[in-house]
Amino acid sequence: MRTTAWTLCRALTVCVLLALPLTAAAMDSADERVQELDENPEAAAERELASVAGRELDAGTAEVLAGLATTDRATLEQAIEQVAALQDPEALPTLFALRDRRLYFTDDQTLIIEDSDDGSLREAVTGRERPDLETSQLSQPRVTNTVRRALRPTIAALQIFSDDDAARRAAADELAENPQPELREAIKRAAEEEDDAATERLLNIALAQLDLDSEDDARRLEAVKLIAEVRANRLRSDLAAMTGRDDDGNYVEPVAEIREAAAAGVRAIDRRAAFASFASNFVYGLSMGSVLLLAAMGLAIVFGLMGVINMAHGELLMIGAYTTYVTQNLFALLAPEWFHYYLVAAVPLAFVVTAVVGILMERGIIRFLYHRPLETLLATWGISLILIQTVRWLFGAQNVAVSSPPWFAGSVQLMQGVSLSTSRVGVILFAVFVVALVWYLMNRTRLGLEVRAVMQNRDMAAVLGVPAKRVDMWTFAVGAGVAGLGGVALSQIVNVGPEMGQNYIVDSFMVVVLGGVGNLLGPVFSALGIGVTTKFLEPAAGAVLATILVFAAIILFIQWRPQGIFALKGRAADD
Amino acid sequence: MQSQSALSRLGRLHSGTAWAVLAVLAVVALVVVPVLHTVLPQDSPLYMPGWMVTLAGRFLCLALVALALDLIWGYTGILSLGHGVFFAMGGYVMGAHLTRVAHDDGSVPNFIQWLDYSDWPWYWAGFESFAFTAVMIALVPGVLAFIFGFLAFRSRVRGVYFAIITQALTFGGMHLFYRTETGFGGDTGLTDFDSLLGFDLAQAQLGLFLASAVVLIMAYLLCRWIVTSKLGRVLTAIRDAETRLRFTGYDPLRYKLFVWVVSAVLCGIAGALYVPQTGVINPSEMAPPQSIEMAIWVALGGRGTLAGAILGAGIVNVVKTWATSAYPDLWLYILGGIFIGVTLFLPHGVVGLLRRRKEASQ
Repeated sequence: MRTTAWTLCRALTVCVLLALPLTAAAMDSADERVQELDENPEAAAERELASVAGRELDAGTAEVLAGLATTDRATLEQAIEQVAALQDPEALPTLFALRDRRLYFTDDQTLIIEDSDDGSLREAVTGRERPDLETSQLSQPRVTNTVRRALRPTIAALQIFSDDDAARRAAADELAENPQPELREAIKRAAEEEDDAATERLLNIALAQLDLDSEDDARRLEAVKLIAEVRANRLRSDLAAMTGRDDDGNYVEPVAEIREAAAAGVRAIDRRAAFASFASNFVYGLSMGSVLLLAAMGLAIVFGLMGVINMAHGELLMIGAYTTYVTQNLFALLAPEWFHYYLVAAVPLAFVVTAVVGILMERGIIRFLYHRPLETLLATWGISLILIQTVRWLFGAQNVAVSSPPWFAGSVQLMQGVSLSTSRVGVILFAVFVVALVWYLMNRTRLGLEVRAVMQNRDMAAVLGVPAKRVDMWTFAVGAGVAGLGGVALSQIVNVGPEMGQNYIVDSFMVVVLGGVGNLLGPVFSALGIGVTTKFLEPAAGAVLATILVFAAIILFIQWRPQGIFALKGRAADD
Repeated sequence: MQSQSALSRLGRLHSGTAWAVLAVLAVVALVVVPVLHTVLPQDSPLYMPGWMVTLAGRFLCLALVALALDLIWGYTGILSLGHGVFFAMGGYVMGAHLTRVAHDDGSVPNFIQWLDYSDWPWYWAGFESFAFTAVMIALVPGVLAFIFGFLAFRSRVRGVYFAIITQALTFGGMHLFYRTETGFGGDTGLTDFDSLLGFDLAQAQLGLFLASAVVLIMAYLLCRWIVTSKLGRVLTAIRDAETRLRFTGYDPLRYKLFVWVVSAVLCGIAGALYVPQTGVINPSEMAPPQSIEMAIWVALGGRGTLAGAILGAGIVNVVKTWATSAYPDLWLYILGGIFIGVTLFLPHGVVGLLRRRKEASQ
């Protein structure tokens, strides 16, 4: 067993040492591939929508669109209104082209669209390519700001019938911001047909906003109630204005019932806004806390369980992040079709690579210093400097580009007014995974049992046949590997550079000290606690002062409970 | 009678040989250097140019930091990884004085104007006076150390926990001073000094060097006096067996607090002398790596020996000055190697090595 483990270690070391210069050399060419592969999916969707190739419009639409072939501004605006009345989504590519100044027309009023992709010229109506034309020979409609203002709701009105969910929502958002009375019927029809809740809400807001100016009392009341019901924050000022008086002292809103409904609506919206700000602070705090937790989890094992002051912990995070970078580039070079899933492979790889680095550290240096904690601190600091310089030498002193896979882009709306980027949600879920993994390793495996035995009573465990020194090595390896997992998570949300680890060392130690050593529940609570507290202090105090206040709070907290939140009781606590 | 006992106390500070070595070093610093700098002609190979005098003066300040750290770590067993904050506090107090002197025409520096103040904010009051500044150089780091130390020692935060918390202290301090709103110049810090006590700073290299040397010698004697006194024995007892000491009826809190504050004040004085010689003070002095580097000066020279601390600060900084210009890529390898090598192979530092050699030869 012992010899097998050793052979494995040696083989891995040799592999790592051999692989490093090779990968470093391959990285430069890989960076370019990554840029190609890492394309924004939203841009691709709009390109699809705007493409005119192979489309044939029906005769009615074609006739109306022909009106756009003019240089006169007033005629152009009229034509746009006519297109809006048409309500044919097929007209969209032409309108996009007009918006982006890619629409031309020939002397005989044939509309020509310059393709946004390859720059080829195509007829708007038939989609036929016209290689005989050049843009310099063509006229262009004058797109002024007035035209653009007219164009936006028109595009939106057409887009609300699109098949694409995201396009419909964007259109509804535009309409809720800027509703046009003549589109009322279209909006109403769209709202009835809509099955996406968020889009339907936006359409209803647009309708309600139009009805607020209606002469009909019942309609106004209905609109006010609807606004209150959906808690439309953007219409709060309109409602608030309705409850006031004008310059002559008359109520702006003559009907008392509607005034009261408006006042109630304002209160409801304010309550929702207060709750949303509370909830968003809490969620952002949890998100920050899980980053802290991922950064500190490895240290909770190495320092919390083994008592080793590993000042190179930040550099283990950094190595985990660089492993992610190398994995990404290897995927780009060797398996581009799987590129978007490189993160899945990076997780086990980062664990193994940092665990090997951890084993080298433990076997090479730390094991000689087990009874001298302060010396361990200085020696591991030395290791961290050497690791930083080595990474600089291999990958350069600049930050490297780690791309987020497309399924990590975008954001998730948790509730109205609280949305979190998908990568942050991913980090929270990943933190849950890492905690579960560590819990499993410590409580359900042979290694975990031995680690706990050695931690509680080293001599007794050794007497009972637990190989204490080997357990030390594997514990350190697991701690380092978990730090590597933290590095994978960090690579998705912060810049990856040689010095990135130094930003996390103080924070990580604070988490472990506050949580209390010797258990894994403590760091979870302290990391989330620090994250949430900081986020609640931030609006009032600013980010920097909030961090300082939290540090001060930790120092004061240690006054009250010197052993951290979850103190060990009994012999193990007697240090 | 009184003078006689004071004399005998001085005698007990050191053996005769050690006094002789100290005297020789003092003569080198206070007589030889000025002669080399001022009397020798500029083309003489032994002539000491102004930049070299300033460099030596800066090393003396860093040696003073090492001395302060050795007092608390080597003798009392409390490792601080946050002495950079006290050094920077002394530096900022001196920097504030120099900034006010440089703006004695009634103007205010840019960073104050950017904060929309037309005049100096209240916490800049008094720094136009040197006497006030001199008091504050000791008071600011001293009070900070007292509050922090009282809280930490009272709850018996020890060993690595204390080291980590001191690191959080300097980290927090760094972030506080990086804020422009704090009113000390943000990340550029305080700079553009012109004169101190009426002397033009560009001409005052030798004066600052001599002041640093005198302060270092006095601080050395003070530390020596502390560690050879009964108080020093208690400190060593705290280092070796704090619990046992408490059970014999001593209260470690007041001893630790005393030596902690003394160490912080010495560090502040070092910062105050350092700033006019570099011409700038900014928050990067409080970055945690700076404070950790200070610990290696002491560890390399030899913990628990005052001479070792000074020697270690000298070796590391001379090597650093040489390596960062000659081989900038290798400097971190060298520094990392020193950290690892000293902890693995030189637990008692260079002085311990010399001592062992001497004992082996006898």
